[in-house]
Amino acid sequence: MAAEKKGLQLLDFWVSPFGQRCRIAMAEKGLAYEYLEQDLGNKSELLLRSNPVHKKIPVLLHDGRPVCESLIILQYLDEAFPSTPALLPAGDPYARAQARFWADYVDKKVYDCGSRLWKLKGEPQAEARKEMVEILKTLEGALGEKPYFGGDTFGFVDVAFVPFTAWFLSYERYGEFSVAEVAPKLAAWAKRCGERESVAKNLHPPEKVYEFIGVLKKKYGVE
Amino acid sequence: MVPASASLHCHDTRSLTGTEAKMAEQVKLIGSSNSPFVHRAAVALRLKGVPYEFIREDMSNKSELLLKHNPVHKKVPVLLHGDRAVCESLVIVEYVDEAFDGGPPLLPADPYDRATARFWAHFLEEKCLKSLWPALWTEGEVQEAAMKEARENLALVEEQLREKRFFGGDSIGLADIAGAGLLGHWVGVLEEVAGVRVLSDKEHPALRRWAAEYLANEAVKECLPDRDQLLSHFSAIRDKCVSVAKSMLPK
Repeated sequence: MAAEKKGLQLLDFWVSPFGQRCRIAMAEKGLAYEYLEQDLGNKSELLLRSNPVHKKIPVLLHDGRPVCESLIILQYLDEAFPSTPALLPAGDPYARAQARFWADYVDKKVYDCGSRLWKLKGEPQAEARKEMVEILKTLEGALGEKPYFGGDTFGFVDVAFVPFTAWFLSYERYGEFSVAEVAPKLAAWAKRCGERESVAKNLHPPEKVYEFIGVLKKKYGVE
Repeated sequence: MVPASASLHCHDTRSLTGTEAKMAEQVKLIGSSNSPFVHRAAVALRLKGVPYEFIREDMSNKSELLLKHNPVHKKVPVLLHGDRAVCESLVIVEYVDEAFDGGPPLLPADPYDRATARFWAHFLEEKCLKSLWPALWTEGEVQEAAMKEARENLALVEEQLREKRFFGGDSIGLADIAGAGLLGHWVGVLEEVAGVRVLSDKEHPALRRWAAEYLANEAVKECLPDRDQLLSHFSAIRDKCVSVAKSMLPK
């Protein structure tokens, strides 16, 4: 029987914001890993074996053992590599609870609403637009005057949400609104994060994301 | 808006010492007694030996207290520790585990085991519950499809529980708190109100065993709502259950 591959591997898909969370986290922590791009139309043995329950990316393999679900992966990285910069604030249960709450909010709201924005038309699309603006304003409220959601340091919620900044352009085009107008502090935060090497190196240009959505729309037969 | 009514829920037969009274003042749980999500938070507090004041919320007429402390979701449970509010039941459970020293840990020590616990807690919360609801409350072809998915999810949980006493090992942990009350106590009531069977002794023996062990735990028993009360509650809101199920279907 072959020995389990040592070290970190990431099963991922190039444009996935959930995968990008993991890439950014490992970059922030200075952790080396092997990136394995997955063909989601023809899922590999490795992916199906590593995530039999959901069959989704991202999956982190650590010495061959799979960890699934992006936010769970982030917490795992904090706990398995305690000498690296922490994403969740150490020793402060309340701050940690706040961070988990807001990361959960991003998970519950952003991707779904964004998908409805580009998939639907007419009244349902208008509703999705209204909802997206509300979501962005709520997140801006949580950010407040702080440079990052984590306070002075780039942390758990920042990593959880920043990949979606590459989707802002698409949300703006489909929703016909401007993030800078409805949530200026959030737009400033996005720019600030974009200046970090971990983010700059791991997000795709917004135009590429927009192009990808165009391809998806054709695939789903939504014009 | 009406003020929430407060009642003291602590260890029933013991009277409070001065210190306990201080702590009891400090920790409050806003909830309704019919909610499996509130139950999760209550169980966590009791397993960790944290005295708390239960503030009963009328969900049809939400209090200022609730809206102040959970403006984002406007839901229960909300944990108040001093004046700090923690929302979302599973976030509350992890908070209680980290903030209070007493009682057994609700998550294992090893990072990989912790990730596994969180995975199953999340699975029970996201996949299991979300597929159960339409399986119970829709009809015809839609229900058939939802039932198929619900059964598949339950089969995965069943498989896990063949190997373990609790997801947490020998003692109740995060994933058990996420799912055992729901699957062991609430689902039976919901099946009766909906007139639909999802769980069975034949197909889910490990799940039944796990739920029974969970329900036999003293801390769990102390905050489990009476079955008849739940039956009457869900019978009364049957229409709402149906409309929520419809809203959960893919658009």
